[in-house]
Amino acid sequence: MSLWLTLAVNSFGLGGLLFLLSSGFSLIFGLMRIPNLMHGSFFMLGAYFGVTLLDRGVNFWVAAIGAGLLTALIGGLIERFLLRRLEGQVLPQVLLTLGFAFIIGDVCLMVWTGDPWQPATPAHLAGAVQVAGLFFPLYRLVILAVAVVVAIALWIMVDWTRLGAMIRAGVDDPPIARVVGIRVSQLFTLVFSLGAALAAFAGVMGAPYLSVYPGLDFEMLPLALIVVILGGTGSLLGALVGSFIIGFLYNFGQAMFPDLAYVILFLPMLLVLVLRPQGLFGKVVT
Amino acid sequence: MPRVTRRAVLAGTAAGTAAAVIGMPAIAQATPFKIGLLTVKTGPLAQGGIQMEQGIMTLLKQRGSTFAGRKVELVSADTGGNPAGAKTKASELIERDNVDVILGPLAAFELLALNDYIRQKGTPLMSLAAAEDVTQRQTNPFIMRPSATSAQCCHVLGDYAAKELKYRRAATISEDFAFGYEQMSGFQRVFEDGGGKVVKKLWPPLVTPDYTPYIAQIGNVDCVANGFAGSNPVKFMRAYADLGMKRIPLLAGWTAMDDALLKSLGDEAVGVVSAAWYSASLDSPVNKQFVADMAKDHNVLPGGYSAGMYIAGQVVEAALQKTGGKSDDKKAFNEALRGVSLQDTPRGPVKFDKYGNVVGDVHIRRCERKGGQLVNTIVKTYPDVSQFWTYGDQAFLANPVYSRDYPPAKNLE
Repeated sequence: MSLWLTLAVNSFGLGGLLFLLSSGFSLIFGLMRIPNLMHGSFFMLGAYFGVTLLDRGVNFWVAAIGAGLLTALIGGLIERFLLRRLEGQVLPQVLLTLGFAFIIGDVCLMVWTGDPWQPATPAHLAGAVQVAGLFFPLYRLVILAVAVVVAIALWIMVDWTRLGAMIRAGVDDPPIARVVGIRVSQLFTLVFSLGAALAAFAGVMGAPYLSVYPGLDFEMLPLALIVVILGGTGSLLGALVGSFIIGFLYNFGQAMFPDLAYVILFLPMLLVLVLRPQGLFGKVVT
Repeated sequence: MPRVTRRAVLAGTAAGTAAAVIGMPAIAQATPFKIGLLTVKTGPLAQGGIQMEQGIMTLLKQRGSTFAGRKVELVSADTGGNPAGAKTKASELIERDNVDVILGPLAAFELLALNDYIRQKGTPLMSLAAAEDVTQRQTNPFIMRPSATSAQCCHVLGDYAAKELKYRRAATISEDFAFGYEQMSGFQRVFEDGGGKVVKKLWPPLVTPDYTPYIAQIGNVDCVANGFAGSNPVKFMRAYADLGMKRIPLLAGWTAMDDALLKSLGDEAVGVVSAAWYSASLDSPVNKQFVADMAKDHNVLPGGYSAGMYIAGQVVEAALQKTGGKSDDKKAFNEALRGVSLQDTPRGPVKFDKYGNVVGDVHIRRCERKGGQLVNTIVKTYPDVSQFWTYGDQAFLANPVYSRDYPPAKNLE
């Protein structure tokens, strides 16, 4: 019984982190249709920026947001000067982002060496919640709470603000959007930077329990892909639901069928691709 | 003005040629001795690979790049941490650079990929990779291991847990690959021979973002033995502490509590008992010098990867001293390497069994916080531990190699 309760609560914590990671991917891939294979690299880069700031005694939240801004700047530059030229060309975009993923990986190795970094859990968020004799780390619940806040903020932004309406218009029909005076390319740079910032923010949030080390980028990328494909591209609700499904499958799958850990993770994605290729909440692309 | 006759020119040329011919061996002797280092400097395994390079570089700097009066040249190659890369780089080192000895590679699957090639080429190789059978049932006359087989330290850990700590029920947890199986099987065998029972064995995949689902299954045991490697121990120990599991003592293999990892760890590591063949806290002049030089040149506390390569370099030096600096007879040089026995290495005395694996001390350490720093304090030393523990080579080799299912776990609950 205690095992199941621990797993259930932990599933929500992991789901929260996955949402922070994949919401940015959902924006970039779903709205802009860029298969951004450096999303895991943004996560890792953000985590490294974050631990460096934390190491200098910066407040945890300041470090997380600062890492997000720094990574947003890098992401924005890559989009503005390189990806922009490859608009609509999927294969060159894949190659470019994959190439940058390798470059970022090696630069991180040079700067931060190969040693793993694991910042201490921020003091005011450390400690455990004790329920019915069960320890549960408070920090995982904090991640969940942050994910919920971010989800609501993104939903309001995309669905209820003028900015969101402009983004949606720019995605649906760029020429017409330009005609009515929307600066589509600026918007796209903004969306890309926001996606990168979310990944980096997730990296800092994850650092106290995932730690940061070379190779983290390509461990996180497939998780972002699974979540978005499962939930449906371009749908924030899809990313949210997908994150929690994967969070639960991951936790219960590894506990019950440890030998099939990866099958269980990828099986639902396969089923969704066969039965509902647009994903659980995706729109049918015409 | 002396006339240069044709005859004089001829005579002179002949003399010159003769001098060159006579001088040949002397010139050959003066060619530098080449060490090829197969390491990993990029990708996820770079952490250990960079430490390997720092270790051998520290030795070369101490010796002024001269072993037994002969200049030594280090040729470093980055395998990228994969078997294909290891194979390509090994043939580059042997066939293009003509190295006299290879140090490395790092990972077991890299070593396995090279096994046949090295056997063919006959270039001696000293690796830290723990693929046990390379110095056991599939022994290769050109491969040596100056560190330890996977189970060499875990045998000791099992003995200490059963006999000194008097634990009776243990759970094991390690990555789902050969190094994990070999370590945990070694622990299980000796622990159960000592009267304990392994009641749970958990195998998370190599890439596991969150260990909570595994830790939650551990249940009612006296101790948990872990054999994680790379950056995984850092993640694992934090999750273990976060879940309030520190009431159950944690035991660790050498990679899981390597001294080089200490700077990445926090309070979650305090109290962990580990068995390792090297410890930076060892109190000997040669080790103190090594630790001081590593701190000075690379600003790190050395762990097994650096010490292993430093010791491998010392073995090469000792072999060259035996052959008087000669290495052109590969076979004789290989014999000399395998016959090396050293007293003063950072890990203590080192000699090799007939399978090419080291026989040396294994230390039991307890992690403590001293003056703000984490330190692995040695609490007991098992001298001259063989890869066969106390079973004897014949009896040991009659069994299959350690694996996930061997020896069978009879006490699982």
